[in-house]
Amino acid sequence: MKTFNYHSAKDVKEASKLASSNSAFLAGGMTTIPSMKLGLASYKDIIDIKRIKKLSGIKVSGKTVTIGATTKHSEVASSKDVKKAIPSLAALAEGIGDPQVRNRGTIGGSIANNDPAADYPSACIALNATIHTNNRSIVAEKFFTGMFETCLKSNEVIEAIEFSIPEKSSYQKLPNPASRYAIIGVYVAKHKTGINVGVTGAKSCVYNDKDLAGALTKNFSSSAIDNVKISSSGMNTDIHASSDYRANMVKAFAKKAVDAC
Amino acid sequence: MKKIAIEVNGKKVSKEIQDHTTLSGLLRDILNLTGTHIGCDTSQCGACVVHVDGKSIKSCTALAADLDGSKVTTIEGLASNGKLHPMQEAFKKMHGLQCGFCTPGMVMSAVDLLKNKKNPSDQEIRDWLEGNICRCTGYHNIVAAVKEAASKM
Repeated sequence: MKTFNYHSAKDVKEASKLASSNSAFLAGGMTTIPSMKLGLASYKDIIDIKRIKKLSGIKVSGKTVTIGATTKHSEVASSKDVKKAIPSLAALAEGIGDPQVRNRGTIGGSIANNDPAADYPSACIALNATIHTNNRSIVAEKFFTGMFETCLKSNEVIEAIEFSIPEKSSYQKLPNPASRYAIIGVYVAKHKTGINVGVTGAKSCVYNDKDLAGALTKNFSSSAIDNVKISSSGMNTDIHASSDYRANMVKAFAKKAVDAC
Repeated sequence: MKKIAIEVNGKKVSKEIQDHTTLSGLLRDILNLTGTHIGCDTSQCGACVVHVDGKSIKSCTALAADLDGSKVTTIEGLASNGKLHPMQEAFKKMHGLQCGFCTPGMVMSAVDLLKNKKNPSDQEIRDWLEGNICRCTGYHNIVAAVKEAASKM
C-alpha cells in the first residue's frame, strides 16, 4: 500500500477542512483499505472520521429512523429499535459481508462508495432516504449518480441517513456466494405515499424500478409482477451472471420480496 | 510517522509506526507476533482475525494508527499459564485443521461467536465463519471443533 498522511479528525469541520481532491474520508475502511492495497486508489491524505462521536448512533422518531454515518453494520443489524421500526433494514445489515466486515464497515461508507452491488443503496431508494451532509440534505434518488459515483463534493461529509418507516417492506437478494455482494438485490417498500422497488446489483447504479412499483401500486401481490416485462438492456453481464439471468432474477426476487412483506 | 499506545495480549505497547501500517503489519513485523497470518491481505480470507476491544476484526484491513488506545487480543493471547484455550483444545481434539494456515483466524473468530452465542447450531457456526476461508476445505471438522468447544466453555 502506498503511504499517505493519516489524520484523525476531531469534528466534522476539521474533517471537511482537511479534505482535498486527493484525500478520502475513512470510516470502517472495508473498501478503502483493500482498494489502496490493490492499487485501485491512492490518496495523499486519509481523514479518519471514526472518532467523531456525533456521526454514530441510531435514532427513531415518529416516522423516521436516522442512522449516523459511522454506525457499523453490526450495530444496525442488532439494534432493537431498527428491528422494530424497519425489520427489513436490520436484516439487510445482517446480510452484508461477514461478521468481521460488519464489525467495522459503516453505512455512510457503503453509500458514499456506491458500489453497484452494495446493499444499502437499495434501502436508501426504497425507504425514501434523505442523506444529511455537513452542507445539505439530499434525497436518495439524486444522491446516487452512477457507478461508484455520488453527488458528494470532496469536502462533504455524510453525517446521517434518515429513512422513512414504511407500512411494510422486504429486501431479498441473490448473494454472490463468496463475497455476499448482491448479484441482484430487490428492496420493496410500501409507504402511505407510494411504493418503491430499489434494485441493486443489476445495473451500473442502483435504481427505482418504476414498472414494478406501478404494477404493485395497482395490486400489491406477487402475481401482479407476473406480467411486468423486465428488460435486460443495460444490465450487467459478468462471470457471475448474464444480463438476461439478472433480469429474470430481478423479477423472481421482487416477487419473493412482496411475498415476504 | 505516528506514535500509538495499545494493549496487546494484556501488555502495554508503545510504538512509532508509519501512517499506512496495518494492524497485521504491526503485530507480525514490529511485535513479532506471527501467529496472526496474512492470506489475501484484502479482508476476504479471515486468516488475520484478531479481537480489538472485544470484537473480532480483520487485522489486515485496520490501520494501526486508528487503533490508538485499543485493546488487542491475538491467537498468542488465548492460552493462559501454558494451558491451551478450550477452543484451541477443541480444534486439536476434533482435527479442526489440516495445513493450519487459516487456524488462528478460525479460532479467533469462533471465540467471538461463543461470546455472543453459547450453543450455536451447525448453521449458525457456518454462517458466522462466512469470512474465514479454509483452502484445505476442512470445514466439517472446524464446525465439529466449535461445537466441542461450546460444550466445554
